[in-house]
Amino acid sequence: MRPLTELETKTFFEKLAKYIGRNITHLIDRGDETYCFRLHRDRVYYVSESVMRKATSVGRDQLISLGICFGKFTKTGKFRMHVTCLDYIAQYAKHKVWIKPNGEMPFLYGNHVVKAHIGRVTEDTPEHQGVIIYSMTDVPLGFGVTARSTSDTRKMEPTAIVVFHQADIGEYLRQEDTLF
Amino acid sequence: MAGRPATKKGAAKASPVSSPQKNANNKRKVNPVKEPVAKKAKVAAGKAAGKATGKKAAKAVEEDSEDDESWAYGAVDESDSEVEEMDDEFVSAEEGSDIEVGALNDDFLGDEFAESDEESKAPGTAMFGSDEEDEEEGEEEEEDEEDIFASNSEDSDDDDDMEAKSRKLDAAAKAEAEEAEAELQTNIMLENDKYVLPGDDHEILQSTDLQVVQARIQEIVRVLNNFREMREGNRSRNDYIAQLLKDLCLYYGYNEYLMEKLFYIFPVSEAIEFFEANEVPRPVTIRTNTLKTRRRELAQALINRGVNLDPVGKWSKVGLQVFDSPVPIGATPEYLAGHYMLQAASSFLPVMALAPQEHERVLDMASAPGGKSTYIAALLKNTGMVFANDANKDRTKSLVANIHRLGVKNAVVCNYDGREFPGVIGGFDRVLLDAPCSGTGVISKDASVKTNKSEQDFQMLSQLQKQLILSAIDSVDAGSKTGGYIVYSTCSVTVDENEDVVNYALKKRPNVKLVSTGLDFGKEGFTRFREKVFHPSISLTRRYYPHMHNMDGFYVAKFKKISNKIPKKEDNVDLDEEEEFTPITEETGKRSRGKKSNGSKTAEEESISFNADEDAELIRASQAKLLQQQKGIKLRPKKST
Repeated sequence: MRPLTELETKTFFEKLAKYIGRNITHLIDRGDETYCFRLHRDRVYYVSESVMRKATSVGRDQLISLGICFGKFTKTGKFRMHVTCLDYIAQYAKHKVWIKPNGEMPFLYGNHVVKAHIGRVTEDTPEHQGVIIYSMTDVPLGFGVTARSTSDTRKMEPTAIVVFHQADIGEYLRQEDTLF
Repeated sequence: MAGRPATKKGAAKASPVSSPQKNANNKRKVNPVKEPVAKKAKVAAGKAAGKATGKKAAKAVEEDSEDDESWAYGAVDESDSEVEEMDDEFVSAEEGSDIEVGALNDDFLGDEFAESDEESKAPGTAMFGSDEEDEEEGEEEEEDEEDIFASNSEDSDDDDDMEAKSRKLDAAAKAEAEEAEAELQTNIMLENDKYVLPGDDHEILQSTDLQVVQARIQEIVRVLNNFREMREGNRSRNDYIAQLLKDLCLYYGYNEYLMEKLFYIFPVSEAIEFFEANEVPRPVTIRTNTLKTRRRELAQALINRGVNLDPVGKWSKVGLQVFDSPVPIGATPEYLAGHYMLQAASSFLPVMALAPQEHERVLDMASAPGGKSTYIAALLKNTGMVFANDANKDRTKSLVANIHRLGVKNAVVCNYDGREFPGVIGGFDRVLLDAPCSGTGVISKDASVKTNKSEQDFQMLSQLQKQLILSAIDSVDAGSKTGGYIVYSTCSVTVDENEDVVNYALKKRPNVKLVSTGLDFGKEGFTRFREKVFHPSISLTRRYYPHMHNMDGFYVAKFKKISNKIPKKEDNVDLDEEEEFTPITEETGKRSRGKKSNGSKTAEEESISFNADEDAELIRASQAKLLQQQKGIKLRPKKST
């Protein structure tokens, strides 16, 4: 367990900014308690400092997880966001997509979101922008990247993909072994 | 003398024959087989003594076969009402029989069984056959009765001889009918019946017909519940119980060791209920994750998906019981979003007993798959912190998954052997130890427990539990303002893993005391069990049973730690004891102690090899090294897989 290096921080924040933009500052400067990012076995954890201090007494081999895992660094040095961070990024998300009930299950099985399933979209979402996917009852289901800007989607066919799938909460079941 | 062996033989032989034919009503099947045997015995005796002394002989036989009277008397009092009058016991038993018929019956019996008497040594099949005929005959006779009467009235004038004959026939028919009726009646009057315990015949014990076995179980239970009156002769309670245990093992498929262990926890009929309840699955329950939603909202969302559910009970504000669901309850979007956790109702209990307060630091020693840990975090409202430990690395995966899914942000997951606490970190406000156990409370979930647990497993488990509970107690800080509590729980019902462990903890750690669990239902823990007597405060612990509370078998005990110092006992401070009482709350304390003992030992060493100073120096160094190593081993015991 160690703090992130400068390079790691840069890669990580670039990725994170795709979803929450400048709201990253809200994650770092919190009113209630000091929180920090810690790297442990390639994974980035977001955890309060008091918990982190206590967790230092746990050996490296025995420490499995602390706080909330945001994602992991791949072997090529890129950062990959995990669905586990959904709670936090949903809180600060800039662009959102709501999908209809009939589109929930296809998305939770790992499919991209097609236009027919879209219920609502945040206005003026640009192309290739990270978005949070919600159900119509405002339950965050996952996140993805838009294929077209909002204005462009209006002209598309109903079967065309609007949001590329990145992560969804179905992964808790599907990828329990590889995720953690 | 004649009666007893014949009856015994008959009983032993008859039931295996009868079992495959009509096994639905085992006990009743045995009964009619035995009656004629008793009759035969009596008749045989009567023949020998002559007709005049028939009654006496009958009486004598009756006395001889007192053990078997349960079966014999039906026949005896029907045929011999005078004898019946002489014997008080039978007067009360059956008052309705006709004296005249009885007198006639004597003749009739003598006639009828004259031939079959010779067959009395014949194998059981033959006897059974004759008996069946006998029964059928009775029924037929009953039907024909009216015809006979009719013919009687017509022909009565013609022939005196005929009349006498027909009268005799008539009476015989009547007697038969009455006998049949009496049989029917005994069928109804089960209460007066006694059950004959089968002998140690292999044929019976090998009988694998479950319905036969079940009937026998019921009979024995009935006898045991009213043992003084229902017992058969001189058979002891142990005879009955030995047979019952064998039958239960066969019927429910337990191994004998476990069966015996479980059987003695309950009164007899309750034990049967317990085994029966283990065959039925418990209702599916879910726990609302109060970090993300509320029970009312969750229930509404699930009802919209067509799930049929209800609150689990008054005792829980977060539990929901699921009756049926058109969608898999473990894969709904609500589940994936972490709004609820699939969790047995019983596993709410230890957390409710622990009652963590906000801003506390809590340790869950054996936490996978995280049902209880996440409940603790929900009660803490994501303040303070939860240390979720599990000894099995593979199981920590699902633990982490659940912690993340349910949105627990203050958890640290680690993979230690629980016995290494508080070496890793101590000073917790509360500790939950849901100890690894034999799982005898969750047999309905995992039936493999029935056969794969041996005496050795139980010994190993209870030893592990004792070690774990001591480290759990040591991990708690008694000075905590809000806490200082330890909850010990198992999903097992055996005393070895529950009361015994708690008692051990109370003995070894006089600085803890048991407090009320705060759960308003459940049975009190045993303060004594068979040969063991436990601390009286163990009545504050709680037991839960599948047949009583419709949740898994469970045990919860709550301790309060009074001081961090472990008071030493003055009398026996041997080496082992000392090892136990080393202050292991602080790693540094341990180190310093190691050095101290090291010092004293080197002093001894020096006195032996005083001359060679250099040697002493070397020895000291290696000694220190060795001790350090030993201590290191003590600190981190080998991981048991």
